[in-house]
Amino acid sequence: MIETYWDPIWLTLKLATTTTVLLLILGTPLAWWLARSRHWLRQPVAAVVALPLVLPPTVLGFYLLLLLGPNGWVGELTQALGLGLLPFTFEGLVLASVIYSLPFTVQPLQNAFSAVGDGVLEVAATLRATPWQRFLFVAVPLARNGFLSAAVLTFAHTIGEFGVILMIGGSIPGETRVLSVAIYDHVEALEYAEAHWLSAGLVGFAFVVLLSLYALNGKPRTGVIR
Amino acid sequence: MPTRWLPSLGLLIVLLTGPFSPAGADTVRIGVAANFADACRELIRRFEASTGHSVTASYGSTGKLYAQIIHGAPYDLFMAADAHRPALLEDKGLAVSGTRLSYAQGRLALWSPQPEALNEPERYLAEAPFERLAIANPKTAPYGLAAQQALSGLALWDPLKPKLVRGESVAQAFQFVASGNAQAGFVALSQLQVWPDKSGSTWLVPQSLYQPITQQAVLLARGQDNPAAHAWLRFLRNDQATAIIERFGYSVPD
Repeated sequence: MIETYWDPIWLTLKLATTTTVLLLILGTPLAWWLARSRHWLRQPVAAVVALPLVLPPTVLGFYLLLLLGPNGWVGELTQALGLGLLPFTFEGLVLASVIYSLPFTVQPLQNAFSAVGDGVLEVAATLRATPWQRFLFVAVPLARNGFLSAAVLTFAHTIGEFGVILMIGGSIPGETRVLSVAIYDHVEALEYAEAHWLSAGLVGFAFVVLLSLYALNGKPRTGVIR
Repeated sequence: MPTRWLPSLGLLIVLLTGPFSPAGADTVRIGVAANFADACRELIRRFEASTGHSVTASYGSTGKLYAQIIHGAPYDLFMAADAHRPALLEDKGLAVSGTRLSYAQGRLALWSPQPEALNEPERYLAEAPFERLAIANPKTAPYGLAAQQALSGLALWDPLKPKLVRGESVAQAFQFVASGNAQAGFVALSQLQVWPDKSGSTWLVPQSLYQPITQQAVLLARGQDNPAAHAWLRFLRNDQATAIIERFGYSVPD
């Protein structure tokens, strides 16, 4: 009995952690570029990054299923590399979550990097800081709230992911049956008590996450996520 | 301020819901199991032409529709993909007792897009020359349960378990096969009937291998005084309707 609760919870935490770590690594240079660059590609790239905010998850899931499948070009690539096919695997869920949660990492970071401003970076440059040092010792510390927001939002958003995972996961216990899918299965099977336990837990979790985010980040009496 | 559009939203709702009560002809609202959607659209066309009543159908999984109904969804009639949930609604007093009707029996098929794959279906399953076999979730979807029963009957459930991927519904199981992500899958014959690509191979699973997938309709409490709802139930029993249901890949119980 306890495994039926614990398995999906553990899997969901694993997925959210992996996704958050990967996205902070991938999203930081991207957000830096979006915040600092004047390249003409900046706005098209920003639009692509924001797409998952707008598209229904089923659209993402459907295209991922086709792209990652044996007839899609990503599927052909992963097969040629000997990785097999990604749908119905944990790795496939990680890839889907990285795409799905991308704006939740990049946008807070981009805002934080923009807010750092040219002034301090130019001052650092006059003190002979290299671009790398300016980034690491000036921009990153000043943007630490952005990193916190990005990490918390990405983690929380991945926990709440449903539509994409439903489309490409295949609900395999211990592999792709995450919390939201487990709840869905319970509701479909009329196991409302189990569904209540997991759902109430998620509601509580989401509230605590958002509360701590506001406490960390918002000015008193505004409560705006920056 | 954004609240300025609220009145016009209210007007929109009134406009959208207003014309739903014409005098002579009535409207029946039906919650229909998603697997029956194609057949149902055809039935509705015939029904509306012959009776003048109109039908508003919502398609969804049986479990979801059931949850909606016990929480007050405005359906007059429920066409489920099983017999269990209509009976539960009857027990709860949300359906009119004695109105349950077995309108169709689903037929399970094993399907592979590869032309020759299923020449010897039982051997194919036993040798399992595939990475993934798609089924609907046995816990939630009647076709999934039937697939599980069939595999258990062939003593192949345990050996094949690691290769199974579960769709939340038989529609998703079908999608897994159609997109090539599973090499074969247990689907509904009714899905294959409407699928345009006929190049694959199909095994119609013998009905002795699984409990009948009886789909029942039931009149819901809020539809008991609706003439169109009664007319729809009568219509489902007539020859015209049963011919359509059979054409879409179901059998009709006597």
